[in-house]
Amino acid sequence: MSEEKIDIFIYSVFLPNICDLNMKNIGVVSYGAYIPSCRIKTEEIAKAWGKDPETIIKGLGVIEKSVPFLDQDVATISVEAARAALNRISIDSQDIGAIYVGSESHPYAVKPTGTIVGEAIGATPYLKVADYEFACKAGTAAIQTCMALVKSNMVKYGMAIGADTSQAAPGDALEYAASAGGAAFIIGSENIIAEINETCSYTTDTPDFWRREGRKYPAHGGRFTGAPAYFRHIMGSATNLMNCMGVKPQDYNYAIFHQPNGKFPLKVAQMLGFTKEQVKQGLLCPLIGNTYSGASMLGLASVLDVAKPNERIFVTSYGSGAGSDSFDITVTDEIKNFNKTKAPLVSQLIEKKQYIDYATYAKFRDLLYWE
Amino acid sequence: MTQGGVSRFWREIPQRYNLIGNQCEVCETLFFPPRESCPTCRRKSVGKMKNKKLSGKGKIITYSIVHVAPEQFKGQAPYPIAIIELDEGPRLTSQIVECDLNDIKIGMRVEATFRKIQEEGYIGAIYYGYKFKPAKV
Amino acid sequence: MRDVSVIGIGLTKFGELWDKSFRQLISEAGAKAIIDSGIIGKEIDALYVGSMSAGRFVGQEHVGALVADASGFSHLHIPAIRVESACASGGLAIRQAYLSVASGMNDIVVVGGVEKMTDVYGEEATNILATASDQEWEAFFGATFPSLYAMIAARHMHEYGTTREQLAQVAVKNHSNGALNPNAQFQKPINIETVLKSSMVADPLTLMDCSPVSDGAAALVLCAADKAKNYKDKPIKIIGSGQASDTLALHARNKICTFESTLYAAKMAYKQAKLEPKDIDLAEVHDCFTIAEILAIEDLGFVEKGEGGKAIKNKITTIDGQIPINTSGGLKAKGHPVGATGVGQIAEIVEQLRGDAGKRQVKDAKIGLAHNIGGSGASCTVHILEAM
Repeated sequence: MSEEKIDIFIYSVFLPNICDLNMKNIGVVSYGAYIPSCRIKTEEIAKAWGKDPETIIKGLGVIEKSVPFLDQDVATISVEAARAALNRISIDSQDIGAIYVGSESHPYAVKPTGTIVGEAIGATPYLKVADYEFACKAGTAAIQTCMALVKSNMVKYGMAIGADTSQAAPGDALEYAASAGGAAFIIGSENIIAEINETCSYTTDTPDFWRREGRKYPAHGGRFTGAPAYFRHIMGSATNLMNCMGVKPQDYNYAIFHQPNGKFPLKVAQMLGFTKEQVKQGLLCPLIGNTYSGASMLGLASVLDVAKPNERIFVTSYGSGAGSDSFDITVTDEIKNFNKTKAPLVSQLIEKKQYIDYATYAKFRDLLYWE
Repeated sequence: MTQGGVSRFWREIPQRYNLIGNQCEVCETLFFPPRESCPTCRRKSVGKMKNKKLSGKGKIITYSIVHVAPEQFKGQAPYPIAIIELDEGPRLTSQIVECDLNDIKIGMRVEATFRKIQEEGYIGAIYYGYKFKPAKV
Repeated sequence: MRDVSVIGIGLTKFGELWDKSFRQLISEAGAKAIIDSGIIGKEIDALYVGSMSAGRFVGQEHVGALVADASGFSHLHIPAIRVESACASGGLAIRQAYLSVASGMNDIVVVGGVEKMTDVYGEEATNILATASDQEWEAFFGATFPSLYAMIAARHMHEYGTTREQLAQVAVKNHSNGALNPNAQFQKPINIETVLKSSMVADPLTLMDCSPVSDGAAALVLCAADKAKNYKDKPIKIIGSGQASDTLALHARNKICTFESTLYAAKMAYKQAKLEPKDIDLAEVHDCFTIAEILAIEDLGFVEKGEGGKAIKNKITTIDGQIPINTSGGLKAKGHPVGATGVGQIAEIVEQLRGDAGKRQVKDAKIGLAHNIGGSGASCTVHILEAM
């Protein structure tokens, strides 16, 4: 992949730049993250399927991934992340006017995860809730919705959560990276620690990866998931945002891209003109895999864990189906007063781990059918 | 298709999600789960029981590792079950998570966390609630 | 309140009795008791039966009427009462029957206990037994019934230094007693290694620390003491009866390692009998798990609190000891058809006090005690009997 030149020129050449603009004083008030502590190594999965671990690790750039315990799911991960976000500030959870949970592995197909989170953090009953789905970018879509609700004064605070415990078919290439984790962001207009200067999205009907209703595992288009999907949409959204804002990659301290494996984000960063250094802090996939709806959100959380006032952050998520959301963020002085140590940092969550073997993994991920 | 039994466990969501107990306004004793009246103050406490959220922090009084588990918990066996005394006084029974089985000790400090307790097969409802993990001292 | 005597006892074998149904078991035990007592059917004033969960084991409620029918008494239209107190259903049925005679309401009463546990598969039996615990706040969260007693054992080990070997000794002793009991489910002695090496159920209790799933029934005939000699030369008098309750959940008790329900039920019985623990010659106690026997002998006052683990080594509770415990083999070796257990215990005491216990006979047995517990100690009945 790294040797190829990705040609997406044909898709974006005649489109004007469009941004919403008019964002002012809206941003992240707090955030929290959660990654389950179980890990399985790529080499363990490779051995189970008779593949060469070295080849897989080199090709995917994933060394190990996180696995949820039998009693963890998107609801429990979302609650952990939400509570972490609330532990870091002192707001009344009743002032949270909306919760949107984005995932592609909600515990129920019908019955929202958001209401479970709402009860668990004491935000009910005067609360707007819905669950979101847009493959891996459901969480960032939720952030955009919360921004709009805050901007229109419909809520004081909105909570956007991206979390997943995604399934991959046993033996499929996706099995090496499909992992579990999530992050919650509280969006508001008071005591903002990171101001969201602008956001835009780039969306088309591109079926690169999907899961039909009632089916257990997703299907995907193999190499089709590359140029026409991931790269086209991230490039489309990212260049649109930077053109609207009149900025260049060098203007940012950090860049976070969706990370389905350890290679794609580095490639797209290079294509856009970002350096490896800018991408490093937000690139978690090699050690925890692809947390799907949690991926870009956890990347942003990891950056906010270390960011300093006035540093500028660029985020572009990607969700199959397909679309990308981009954000231009500036860290404020308020981050100095922010109690990040009241909840685990992303680096701490990554370090807290215990390894399991493929048999235990199969039991946890319900790959074995039992009556 | 109708699935019965949900109301029985829905009713206890405040207890399972947020450890909401109650307190007798007369003698200030705390209870978990909440009681209709205080066993000590009896009729004087009727109507005087106030909801109270417990901190979720406590210590292990005794525990056992369950090897032979009922259907809903089969995949988790062996798992630790413990009687935990919350700092506010009331005791409860719950699983211990995020701890090596050999590291659990009587007297260990623990704190509540949010996990899936059980579910009714592949079709029924999922019940979430408290389990306890080691607390950072 | 007048005195009450036991004039007849009857027992089925305890075990996996595939060819005997719930109805067959109780009518067999009842018939044996009635024949043993010398009464005729028409003299029975009422029928009491203890059964923990006929509804879930055999899908049958309305057990009072059923047992009267199965026993052939429906045409007499006598009152038939089913009593439930989890594993103390038998003991409680006896107490209720006793009170009905002592109060003067009835002169002659048959009281039985029965459970048919093998018509459901093993795991379902475990789930049903768990209904003796707190379903909302213990079982729901993953506490199995054995794990509750395992937590008691863990705490007892922590507070008093009791060891797994001491727990195992209880199983060994009871199996050795059971080998002398033709009605017992297990009639082979075992050794400590077997207990310690058997599969773990809930740490520290292994499979051999736990009483089995059993079918069985037992019955007694109670009679007003002043009429008893009309039927039996050696009636056995109930001189003390006690019952007590406690919190349902183990975590809500005042102490983990003391069953206050035993303390209070025993106090009531000792007071009525005007006796102290040292006056008891032998006892059948509720050893649903090995740790339960250790707790029982402490709470009944036979040994000091915390010393229960040493009782076998010090030859206090062995069959040749100061106060033989569970000469029948206990729940552990004799079997534990839940509702029948409490009644079976009294049947053993009566046999001992009559001098009919064969190879298990305790010399000069004059006063015996039966102790029956429900769940993890939420209810308890204690009965004291004396040979007349």
